[in-house]
Parts: sequence; C-alpha cells; structure tokens
Amino acid sequence: MKNMLLTLLTGIAIFFAPTAFGVIEAVEFETLQQEERYKQLIEELRCVVCQNQNIADSDADLAKDLRAIAADMIRDGKSDAEVKTFMRERYGDFVLYRTPFNSYTALIWLGPIVVLLIVLIGVFVTLRRRQQDELVKPAHSDNDQERIKVRNLLRDAPNLNESSRK
Amino acid sequence: MSKKFLIPLIVFIAIALLLGIGLTMNPRAIPSTLISKPAPNFTLPLLHDQTRAFNPDQLRGQRWLLNVWASWCVSCRYEHPLLTEVANSGVTIIGLNYKDKADAAIQWLNERGNPYTHSPFDESGRVGIEWGVIAVPETFVIDEQGVIVYKYTGPLTAEVIQQELMPVLNQTEAPR
Repeated sequence: MKNMLLTLLTGIAIFFAPTAFGVIEAVEFETLQQEERYKQLIEELRCVVCQNQNIADSDADLAKDLRAIAADMIRDGKSDAEVKTFMRERYGDFVLYRTPFNSYTALIWLGPIVVLLIVLIGVFVTLRRRQQDELVKPAHSDNDQERIKVRNLLRDAPNLNESSRK
Repeated sequence: MSKKFLIPLIVFIAIALLLGIGLTMNPRAIPSTLISKPAPNFTLPLLHDQTRAFNPDQLRGQRWLLNVWASWCVSCRYEHPLLTEVANSGVTIIGLNYKDKADAAIQWLNERGNPYTHSPFDESGRVGIEWGVIAVPETFVIDEQGVIVYKYTGPLTAEVIQQELMPVLNQTEAPR
C-alpha cells in the first residue's frame, strides 16, 4: 500500500514537473506592462544552445544571460523590435521563433504552399482524366459484359434467389 | 500502367535523399551573421595579468584568429594540440576565455601549454554574446581591416584547419 502510494505520488510529480520549470529567476519591472512584454518576448526567442526550446523555458546558461539582457533592454525603454534586432544581429534569424520572410527562409514559407499546389493540380488532373475515360469508354467493355451475364443469371433463377433468402 | 507504379518509388527516393542529406548536416552549425561584418569591439582584462587589457584594435593590420575556449570545455581539449600547431606556424591566436574561473583557466594552460598570444578574460560571457558565441569552442578569423572573414563552430579538426582555416589565414589581401 505504501509502495503504491509512493508510485502514485512519483507519477503525479513527474506529470507536473514541466510546469514547475519555466522562467527560473524572478525578474522585477517597474510596470506590469513591461513585465508582460518581457514574458512575451522570451517566449518568442529561441535558445540557441538547446535548440528546440525558447529562452523562457531553457535553463541553459546562455538562455539565462539572454533573458537578463532582454530584461535590461526593456527596463531601459527599448522596444520589442530593438531587443529582437539585438538578438538577430548576433545569432541570426534562427533565434526568432517567428521566422521572418527573406531569400534564405523563402523555402520554409513557400514550401508548404508549393506542395499543396502540386497536390491540388495532381488531384485535378487525375479526376479530369478519370472523367474523360468514363465518357470515352465503350459501353460494353469486358467488365460490363461480365456484369450483364451475372445479372441475367440472377434474373433467370429467381427461385434460387428466393429460397436462399429463406 | 507500369509508369504509375514508378511514381511512389520516385517520390520515396526523393524524400529519402533529402532526409539523407539532412542527416549529414550539422544542426549546430547555425550560419553566422557576423561573416563580412566588423568584429565586435571589446576591452577585457588579460587572464594572466588582469591589470592589462586587450582590445581587437591592437591587432589592426594583421590577420588573426580568435578562439573561444574554457577550461570546463571538453572538446577544447581535443582541439588544443591542433591549435598549438597553428600557433607554432606563426599565427596570432587570441584565446577568449569564456565564462571561466581565472585560476582554473591558468592551470589548464599550464598543464597543456599556451597557444594563445593573449587570453582576454570574459568572465561574465558578455563579450561572447557580442560575438554570437553559442557553445565553446568557436573559432573566428579576423582580417587586416578588422572584419570577420571566417567562423567555425565546434572543435577544429586537422582537416578543417588544412582545408578551410589555413587558406583563409594565408590570404593576405581580402578579395573584395
């Protein structure tokens, strides 16, 4: 019983563990608005060390430093764009979770649209061809003749049909 | 009819090829934004003598190498003998000591030998951020005009040094 309880508690602890992380250090701002901006900004900046996390969630050393810089810049009255530019000048477009559109990232933005277009064209062409095939097809292809034969057989043996149903 | 069966095969081969190429790429090699930009300026105390300072302007007019290292960095150990060779061939190497403890760093150099002309001591890592350092080791080549012409992320290998680093270092006049 004790063991079960322990297992259950461990399970619960593991389940809720990720929410316990998040921003590690407390950051203070003069206004609530600044704090909101800070929270939003660090959500949108990628941690370049642990690449699939934003700097809000990462406890990498560099992420901590970058959070501190973002906080300082906001306190100094810098705009969100200025903070992002600061990060981008040093770490490239890669730090922005909202990838900007430029020649280097064009494939990321346009790729899905291009694939969708190719698929749509493919579907359209296939459907069109199938429709035309149907129109052009001779009325009695081999397949149709077989079908007629079967239908005739069934019609000619109504009793068999009836008896099988009973 | 047989052509229709080929289409999925071709699509499969295309995807497999793309994914295969993806596997050979290094996801850590984030393209540096600093190539062909002026090297970020800084003034930092020297590791061995903190009353003296280093500033990149001191090296104007020559081509030099900035290597970001730390005593806690394991891969720095692998590239260390290679860096020593580069230093012995007459290249000026500045070792940016990144987020390190001074005594540990000095001891590290004492044990392994010091390939660095100077080691600016970047205790807070703030200068590292200016240079877009993500993880040590990283290596930059700065040209005569103080412009970054080359960057390598991760430990240098003999191949990289021979095929990429040395040609850039030996290029005296930047073709511009």
